[in-house]
Amino acid sequence: MSWDWKVFLQDTGSGQTYFAWMMSAWGWTLLVSACSLVVALVVGSLMGILRTTPVKAFVWLGNGWTELFRNIPLLVQIFLWYHVIPSIWKPLQGVPDIVAVVIALGFFTSARISEQVKAGIQALPRGQRYAGLAMGLTLPQTYRFILLPMAFRIVIPPLTSESMNIIKNSSVAFAVSITELTFFAMQAQEETSRGVEIYLAVTFLYFISAFAVNRVAAVIEKRAQVPGMVGAGK
Amino acid sequence: MNLGFGFIDWNLISSFILKGFYFSVQLTLVAMVGGIALGTAIALMRLSGKKWLVTPAAIYVNTLRSIPLVMVILWFFLLIPLLIGRPLGAELSAMVTFTVFEAAYYSEIMRAGIQSVPKGQVSAGYAVGMTYSQCMRFIVLPQAFRNMLPVLLTQTIILFQDTSLVYAVGAYDLLKGFEVAGKNFNRPVEMYLLAAVTYFVICFSLSMLVRRLQKKIAIIR
Repeated sequence: MSWDWKVFLQDTGSGQTYFAWMMSAWGWTLLVSACSLVVALVVGSLMGILRTTPVKAFVWLGNGWTELFRNIPLLVQIFLWYHVIPSIWKPLQGVPDIVAVVIALGFFTSARISEQVKAGIQALPRGQRYAGLAMGLTLPQTYRFILLPMAFRIVIPPLTSESMNIIKNSSVAFAVSITELTFFAMQAQEETSRGVEIYLAVTFLYFISAFAVNRVAAVIEKRAQVPGMVGAGK
Repeated sequence: MNLGFGFIDWNLISSFILKGFYFSVQLTLVAMVGGIALGTAIALMRLSGKKWLVTPAAIYVNTLRSIPLVMVILWFFLLIPLLIGRPLGAELSAMVTFTVFEAAYYSEIMRAGIQSVPKGQVSAGYAVGMTYSQCMRFIVLPQAFRNMLPVLLTQTIILFQDTSLVYAVGAYDLLKGFEVAGKNFNRPVEMYLLAAVTYFVICFSLSMLVRRLQKKIAIIR
């Protein structure tokens, strides 16, 4: 078979080229991933922290949250937020489709981040918590000034791979017709029958997106190093 | 809106859901067995120390791990017919895809498992006159499997969840079963909700079992 890269200069029928459409699809992929990452980091950290507190109810809540969102496939969770929840809870009916995907992907990933944050906090010597409390800090202060600054540094590498996973997982948004890269790939393949060229370009864009995240995380990890502590002196 | 589940009877379950459930389980089992076998071979290649084996294995694993699964499913669905000259069908295509894709993840687990076996064990094998392959076959791999069993099973639970992504090529799996039933009875909301509950119950109980197994193995060791 022969290559036909000119397919990207073809008109899609709505006045733009397939290349322009692909770029806007890439934008959607990055937007969905970035928003979901924010949701996942905030909720995941909160749940992870709750699971390490001495309060039984908090631990129970954090564990339940994690098990719930970890044991349902992402695609099913997207359908839940897209079809089921809005029909049960009316106020959600008017919101844009992308919100459902961001909530689904964000909560799905939050379960995995909560595991890592919990592990990061538990990796610290128990004496640190007791030292903080013994000095008269309240529990929230102990977390804020003693535990979390070190725990978050420990979990930067696993959080990096979660951030890369979010970009990959955002592809599932095709199922509710968000015009992101995978949706573009399926549509453009059908319309032009130049599947190989289109899939190659889309795969390449996923590659460089994940690679960019990886580089940014490496910079953050380096900036956040504490001399003589975890991660330093590699 | 009021949810109602009165329309569900055995007839609906057996004609829509079970068909999809069987396929999901079948796909999971095929990809697990094939993926672990292929993954173990790839892990051995990566640990062989021979450059002509290490490089292709590393490229295989790193490429597949950086592409979204949905794209891999689409790629295979597009390429297999081009290569063999006839359409293979969404179901068979999915089995090939998942075996190849999961092998990349299983191989990383097996690599860690093989590396977790102390070096002295291999030396001991050589000392009693075993060849490299005998060492692997009788000493290293059995221990690696045993050490990694909980992780392999956890990956299989993730695999079972991921099978829902065959949605992209329209294969009839568990999720599809719920969707079709929902469309036929005009009750999509109830069926999606039920799909979530079903997946949760299956995956949660399996992960509880894995956790118990983990504790058991930890005690014996």
